[in-house]
Amino acid sequence: MLKRLRENKSAQGTLLASPTMLWMIGLLIIPLLLTLVVSFGQRSPDGDVIYSFSLDNYIRLFGYSTDCDNGQASCFDPLYLQILWRSLTLAFNTTVFVILLAYPLAYFIARAHPLRRNTFLFLVLIPLWTNFVIRVYAWMMLLRTQGVINLMLGWLAGLFNIPFTPLEMLYTPGAVLVGMVYEFLPFMILPIYTSLEKIDNSLYEAAADLGANGLKTFARVTLPLSMPGVVAGTILVFIPVMGTFIVSDILGGRQVILVGNLIQRQFLDARDPTFGSAASLILMILTLIVTYFYTRKFGFGEEIVVA
Amino acid sequence: MTAEFAVELQDVVKRFITPEGNALNAVDHVTMQIKNGEFFSMLGSSGCGKTTSLRMIAGFEWPTEGEVYIEGKAMGHTPPFQRKVNTVFQSYALFQHLTVFQNIAFGLEMEGAQKDEIEKRVKHVLEMVQLTGMERRKPKQLSGGQQQRIAVARALVKVPDVLLLDEPLGALDLKLRKDMQLELKALQQQLGITFVYVTHDQEEAMTMSDRIAVMSKGKVQQMGTPVEIYERPANRFVADFIGDSNFFEGRIKSLSKNEAVVFIPDLKAEVTGIPVSQGLVTGEEITVSIRPEKVLISEKPMNQNTFRGRVTNTVYIGTDTHVYVDLMGKRVKVFEQNRISRLDPGSFYTVGQDVTLVMMPENVLVLKKE
Amino acid sequence: MNPHRRHPFIFSSAMLVYVFLYAPIVVLILFSFNASRANVTFEGFVPSFSDKVVMDGSLVLSSPCGPFHWFCELAKDKDVAEAAGNTLTIAIISTLVSSVIGTMAALSLQRYEFKLKPFSQLSLYIPIVIPEIVMGIGILTLFSQLFGVINSSLGLTGDSRLSMGLGTVIVSHIAFSVPFVTLVVQARLQGFDKSYEEAAMDLGANEWTTFRRVTLPMILPGVLSGALLAFTLSLDDFVITFFTNGPGSTTLPIYVYGLLRRIITPQVNALSTVWILTVFSVVLILQWLQNREAKQH
Repeated sequence: MLKRLRENKSAQGTLLASPTMLWMIGLLIIPLLLTLVVSFGQRSPDGDVIYSFSLDNYIRLFGYSTDCDNGQASCFDPLYLQILWRSLTLAFNTTVFVILLAYPLAYFIARAHPLRRNTFLFLVLIPLWTNFVIRVYAWMMLLRTQGVINLMLGWLAGLFNIPFTPLEMLYTPGAVLVGMVYEFLPFMILPIYTSLEKIDNSLYEAAADLGANGLKTFARVTLPLSMPGVVAGTILVFIPVMGTFIVSDILGGRQVILVGNLIQRQFLDARDPTFGSAASLILMILTLIVTYFYTRKFGFGEEIVVA
Repeated sequence: MTAEFAVELQDVVKRFITPEGNALNAVDHVTMQIKNGEFFSMLGSSGCGKTTSLRMIAGFEWPTEGEVYIEGKAMGHTPPFQRKVNTVFQSYALFQHLTVFQNIAFGLEMEGAQKDEIEKRVKHVLEMVQLTGMERRKPKQLSGGQQQRIAVARALVKVPDVLLLDEPLGALDLKLRKDMQLELKALQQQLGITFVYVTHDQEEAMTMSDRIAVMSKGKVQQMGTPVEIYERPANRFVADFIGDSNFFEGRIKSLSKNEAVVFIPDLKAEVTGIPVSQGLVTGEEITVSIRPEKVLISEKPMNQNTFRGRVTNTVYIGTDTHVYVDLMGKRVKVFEQNRISRLDPGSFYTVGQDVTLVMMPENVLVLKKE
Repeated sequence: MNPHRRHPFIFSSAMLVYVFLYAPIVVLILFSFNASRANVTFEGFVPSFSDKVVMDGSLVLSSPCGPFHWFCELAKDKDVAEAAGNTLTIAIISTLVSSVIGTMAALSLQRYEFKLKPFSQLSLYIPIVIPEIVMGIGILTLFSQLFGVINSSLGLTGDSRLSMGLGTVIVSHIAFSVPFVTLVVQARLQGFDKSYEEAAMDLGANEWTTFRRVTLPMILPGVLSGALLAFTLSLDDFVITFFTNGPGSTTLPIYVYGLLRRIITPQVNALSTVWILTVFSVVLILQWLQNREAKQH
């Protein structure tokens, strides 16, 4: 029997991959399919699923509402569409800000002395290794009305005798943006660093030799060659931001509701798993669509595999 | 050894499917017998099938058709670890995480040998390759030449029936390569083990081998001793691949007993008295070839096979002068040994000089067209 | 042109980003010594040591642990201990399993062709390109429906009912770790020269011995990288754990989240500080070990 296995290469491959495949089928494929099925279901009174084929959830997501102001039977409620849009724009804005902040730091580390680079990198990684939740909490402390930032601003205003009312920073969309940027910054720094680090020094020398000054070299040599890193980082940032609910939960309170919060609420408070499943599926499809078009244009940045 | 041959390939075919979906015979109906105790080389350029053939002897590939025999036993689908052959790899494949000692001991551990025996045999084989004292080093710490010798030691310590060597000297620089060629040859003669050697370097093959199989496009073009291959190439490919040759298209004008007269249209002349074996027909289109070192530049009038031409170029090599002569529009290469030491450039051949070329009939080869 | 030349703009913006990264952490650590229990503003360090905790409103005046008052409170907290234990257990088990099956999968994807290969590769990419929450609620739905069916058909009630807990969390952690392990090991395998394995077989080792004595030692750095990644992902995971945990399987991130929604005392900060310092020390130790090994070559 062993002999037959030895000869059948493809069976060997299947065998080796089977535990992983079973896991992925059981805990990824089937759950996703189940989510799809449930999304077409209806909510039972005790919060369970009645399996049926109904498009109610999707219609509701896209604006159909029976809970209307002026006694109409049905009207357009853009609530859920607004939530989707808010998530998209937040993900986009976060990505942009993250790139703006990450690039200079990544550039700095990449051009630093080789012996010190590891230290600088570790300094970037350490916040990453402290817990996600803790990092969000830290911003809560900074942004509170009596938080650190307001305290410092108040102190500064006192120095110049300017009247100062504490800024309401917490529980605003801005706070959520700051929180998201903070959370995902290291995920952009690392890929950009990796792609910058790969640029051979001789390329800079060649550019200088051909007459390019610092800015030109950056624009024509460095920037294009670092694009795979930016692309990889974008994927690492955009997708999670689309789904995160904890940042908006803690820093945005009830004011900022994203798709993630919506889904979370459906499964916990509102106990409507069918609606939550539909929302989750729309989230996934939306994310996949954006990612697809993005990678079509910019590639995967696969060259950067961050360890 | 009880078997007639150390290694035998019988009508072996190895077929691959290319990415485009075509079938390609990397080894195309190859039959060869390798004698016990001989130094046998497979020679050819990349893609000729020599490495694939070697791998089929080692057991890393299985023939699509045909059979591989080692010491008379058909190998079939026997895996490499059940064959009594060992390989020296082109990249040496020394285990980076093991010391030199552990590398060499590896094969002995697989045999189940005891500690003392392993120590003894590893020491012995290290002496053989003159690397005693290197036991504790890691491969990374060795030079290319040293790594190569450890690779040989690792394979030899198991005393295989056949040692397979896959272009083992390719990564070494010239001087080291030449030294290693002599060392390997000496080792083989000392041990009496059959060596099957793969290389693309014809000088290497000619220097070291008892017999050579010249391969191209998956087929054996010719098998024989270095002398046979060089002086009696079987076809145009071998004549061209080994050393240099001048080729002329011709037609057999007449045949008699063991001699032929060939008419060469390009030279508008005949070449007479060529010794030939059977298998030729009058009127047959053939290729005539003569090696450059065998073309004589002579002023003495000779009756047979003289041609007038003009020198177009000369290249001074040191041992020889290469003279390129235009014969009726055909370029002929002549290698003349510089037997007399001279400095005066005027005494060498000059461009534009008229010369007489003589082709002694016993030096002319008739090759069948493929 | 000196490649290491420091451009002032780059340098200052880089330093600003570092400040941005660390300011919250510094504040966090500072506040773990806060004398004010309400933890809204920093009221200074707990001034003195005493046998018992003495409070004045929300201010801690003195405590057996002095400024480290909240760390002591933390040590006494059984819930934290349980959460920490769970977090570690889950991380270790899921890392072990995902490393083994992930390495197997990487080997199969890198070296073999088989019918289900495209499907395998695709299913390993999916967790990376979808938001975690989608996978989380999917698994939640699966388990809740599955357990519901099993419980009712077998008539299980009370404690013998199947429900979410340590098992479901571990199984889910393995699911999201495996793709990463596979990816990392696959990347390592790409440059792998097969002639090492051929050499081993040539010298008499069968497939398993070759794997054990040659392949595995050579890919071990990659496998360990993957394992480290899996460990980190599991330790830090919030979303998937959030949807798959149950009573008795709380992990530290979930625990902290719970605290944040209720009362926030400096004890949370103390927990954060301990976490940060632990990570910091582990990283330093790993760095030191790595440097030592590098020096030996």
